[in-house]
Amino acid sequence: MTAIRTEQYKAAAHQGIADKHLQKALSGFQHRIAPATAQRYLSHGEGPQIRQMGHAIRMHAVEHLDRLLAELADKIDARGGQVFFAEDADAAVAYALEVAWQNKVQRVVKGKSMVTEEIGLNRAMEDAGIEVVETDLGEYIIQLAGEHPSHIIAPAIHKTREDVGRLFKEKLGIPYTDDPPTLTWAARKALREKFLSADMGVSGCNLACAQSGHITTLSNEGNIRMSTTLPRVHIAFMGMERVVDKLRDHAVLFRLLSNAAAAQKMAGYISYIGGPRQSYQEDGPRAFHLVIIDNGRSRILADPEFREILCCIRCAACLNVCPVYGKIGGHAYGFTYTGPVGAVVTPLLVGLDRARHLFFGETLCGACKQACPVDIDLPRMLLALRRRWAEGRKTDGFAGSGSAIEHLAFAAWAEMVRRPSLYRSARQMAALSQVVLPHSEGCLTRLPFPFDGWTRGRDLAPLSRRGFVDRWQERVKKRKGGS
Amino acid sequence: MVPSIKISLFIQCLVDSVYPQVAEGMVRVFERLGLTLDCPAGQTCCGQPAFNSGYHSAARKAARHFIRTFEHADVIVCPSGSCTDMVRHHYPGLFEDDLQWQARARRVGRRTYEFSEYLVDVLGITDVGARYDGTVTYHDSCHLLRHLKVAQQPRRLIGHVAGARFVEMADADRCCGFGGTFSVKYPDISVGMVEDKVAAIVSSGADTVVGCDMSCLMNIQGLLTRRRIPVRTLHIAELLAAR
Repeated sequence: MTAIRTEQYKAAAHQGIADKHLQKALSGFQHRIAPATAQRYLSHGEGPQIRQMGHAIRMHAVEHLDRLLAELADKIDARGGQVFFAEDADAAVAYALEVAWQNKVQRVVKGKSMVTEEIGLNRAMEDAGIEVVETDLGEYIIQLAGEHPSHIIAPAIHKTREDVGRLFKEKLGIPYTDDPPTLTWAARKALREKFLSADMGVSGCNLACAQSGHITTLSNEGNIRMSTTLPRVHIAFMGMERVVDKLRDHAVLFRLLSNAAAAQKMAGYISYIGGPRQSYQEDGPRAFHLVIIDNGRSRILADPEFREILCCIRCAACLNVCPVYGKIGGHAYGFTYTGPVGAVVTPLLVGLDRARHLFFGETLCGACKQACPVDIDLPRMLLALRRRWAEGRKTDGFAGSGSAIEHLAFAAWAEMVRRPSLYRSARQMAALSQVVLPHSEGCLTRLPFPFDGWTRGRDLAPLSRRGFVDRWQERVKKRKGGS
Repeated sequence: MVPSIKISLFIQCLVDSVYPQVAEGMVRVFERLGLTLDCPAGQTCCGQPAFNSGYHSAARKAARHFIRTFEHADVIVCPSGSCTDMVRHHYPGLFEDDLQWQARARRVGRRTYEFSEYLVDVLGITDVGARYDGTVTYHDSCHLLRHLKVAQQPRRLIGHVAGARFVEMADADRCCGFGGTFSVKYPDISVGMVEDKVAAIVSSGADTVVGCDMSCLMNIQGLLTRRRIPVRTLHIAELLAAR
C-alpha cells in the first residue's frame, strides 16, 4: 500500500491554503473545467437524465460483480491471458514482481493508473531494481519530482510551468524553458526511448466489459496504447468494481467519463484489450496479465450504506467543483484518492479513525453530487461516515472510536433541546455572560475553547439580549392583556 | 389570493438567539400580507448540529420534540433553507425503525417551507412592497439551492424591491465555508473559503449581500467586520420588511 498520511489533513490543508501558486492553479482549473463539464452533460440525446442512467448501469454492475468478474476472467483466460485475483495490495504487488522476475523485466513503462498508486506498485518495483517510467505527461512530471499526484486526472495541477522547466533542466538535462510545447517535446523524446526499450507495460483499466471480456483504457496522449502494445508483457490492474455488464454500457459511461474528466465529448484514444497478441494479430504483447484487486472493496460491497461508492469511475468531476478541494489541494487528503471521492473512499479503505478528518473536514455543500457523472450521493455517505465514527464501535462493520466528550455534549444538548424552559434559561445565561468576552464594535472578537477556531479569522455577532421566541410570547401576553 | 390559514413560525435557533431582527422582518412581511401567525413557544432546535456531526440519537430527540411542537400546525415557515431541509429531507431517515414516528415526521416535513419558497411557490407573491436603496447581490446557500432547489424565488423577490439594484456575484452558488461545526473544527479551510466568497461579493460592486440562511451570512459578516469591509449582510426577510 502507498503511504497513508490522512492524519495530517489539517496541517497539510494549511500548507495548501498558504501556497499562492496552488490557489491560483486550482481556482483557474476549477473555473475552466467545471462549467464546461456541466454544459457537456446537457448535450446528450438521452437528456439530462443520462447521469441517472449512468448510475443505474454502475449500480447494476456493482450488484452483480461476482458474475461479471467471472465472465470477464473466463474470456481473458480463453484468449491466453492470465487473471489474478489479489486480495490486498501486497498480493497484487507480489504477483506483479513475480511476473516481472519470470520475464526478466528491467524496464517498465506505465500508463496512468490510480489503483497502482493505491497499492504502491512503483516503489515496490523500484525497490526490486526495476526501472519504472510513468508515461502520462502529468504523472511523468510528478515522478521526476518524486511526488504524489494531487488530482485524479491532472496529477501535476499543483505545478507551474516554471516548476516543470526547472525540473526538466535538472532531470532531463535540457536548457531551462517554461514554454509548454518545448517542455512537452522534451518529455516526448525522453519517453519514446523508454517505450522502445521497455520489457513490460503496466496499465490500469477504466471500465472492463464482462460481455466482451475486455479491459479498456481511455487517454488523450496515446501513451497508454504504446505502453500496452510495444513491450512484450502487459500487466493491467483494476479495482474489482471497475467492470460493466454489457458493451452498450460503455456508450453511456465513456461519454460521461470524457465529459466529466476533461469536458470532452469523447477521449482521444480508447483501447479494448482482451488478452495477449493473438495468432491473427501482428503486434501486441506476448503475455497479458490482469490483476483484479480487492484491497478492502469486498468490505465496502458488503455494506449497503457505502456500496454506492463502488459506482465511482474516477473521473475527478467532484474535485473540480469542490470548494474545499479548491482551497486545500489534493495532497492534503493524504492518500491516493483526493477531493470528495477521497473523503468517502479513503476512510473505507484505510479506516475511519485514521481518516476521520477527511469526512469531517467537508462542508456538505452538495456540489459533488451535482457534478458526478454517475450521480453518486457523496454527501449522504459523508454523513453516514460521521455517524459510524461518532457512534463508536457498536457494529462489526465500518466504525470509529468516536469522541466521549462530544458524545456527552450532544447528549446533554439533546436533553436541553427537549426542555424549552431550560433551553431558554441557558440561552439567557450565555447572553448575560458573553459581556466578559473581548469585543469590538458590537462583535465578539475572541471566543473561548472549543469555539476559538471561529474568531481566529472572523468576528462573531453576539447573542441578542432577548431571543425572538421570548419576545413573541411577551407580545402575545401584552395583546391579550390589552384586549 | 391569500389563504385563511395560520402560519406557524419555525424560528431557526440561530435567528432566535443571535438575529431576532430576521424573525421580526419575517413577521412584518407576513402581517403586511394579512396572514395569521403563530410562534410555538416550545420550539428549540431542529437537531441539525447533532445530525451533521453524526449523533443520531441526540438528533432524534430534537426531532421528536420538533414534531410534537409543530405537528398540529397548518403550515410551518422557516427563515432558513438548511433547517427546512433537515425537517423535510432528513427527519424521515432518523426514524427508519419506527414507522409511526416516521409517518409523523413526513407529515410535518411536507408542511414545512423555507420563507422565500413559501412566498413565491405557495402564495404566488413576488412583490411584497418593499423598498431598499442599495446595490444588492445574492448568495445561494447550499442546502436551499441543492436540496430544496430554491434559486430563482429569492432573486425574483429581490428583483421587486423598489430602489434596489440587483447584481449577480461570481460563483454565487459556491459554498461560503460555514458548514456548521466545520467552521470551528477546520477554521483555516473555512476562512479560506469565506475569503473567496467575500472577494466575489466585493468585486460584484454590491453594498449589500442578501441570503436566506443566517448561518452563511454570519460567516460572511464575520469576515467582513474583521476586515472592516463596508458591505452589509441582510437576510431576505429583513430586506423584504424594509420600507
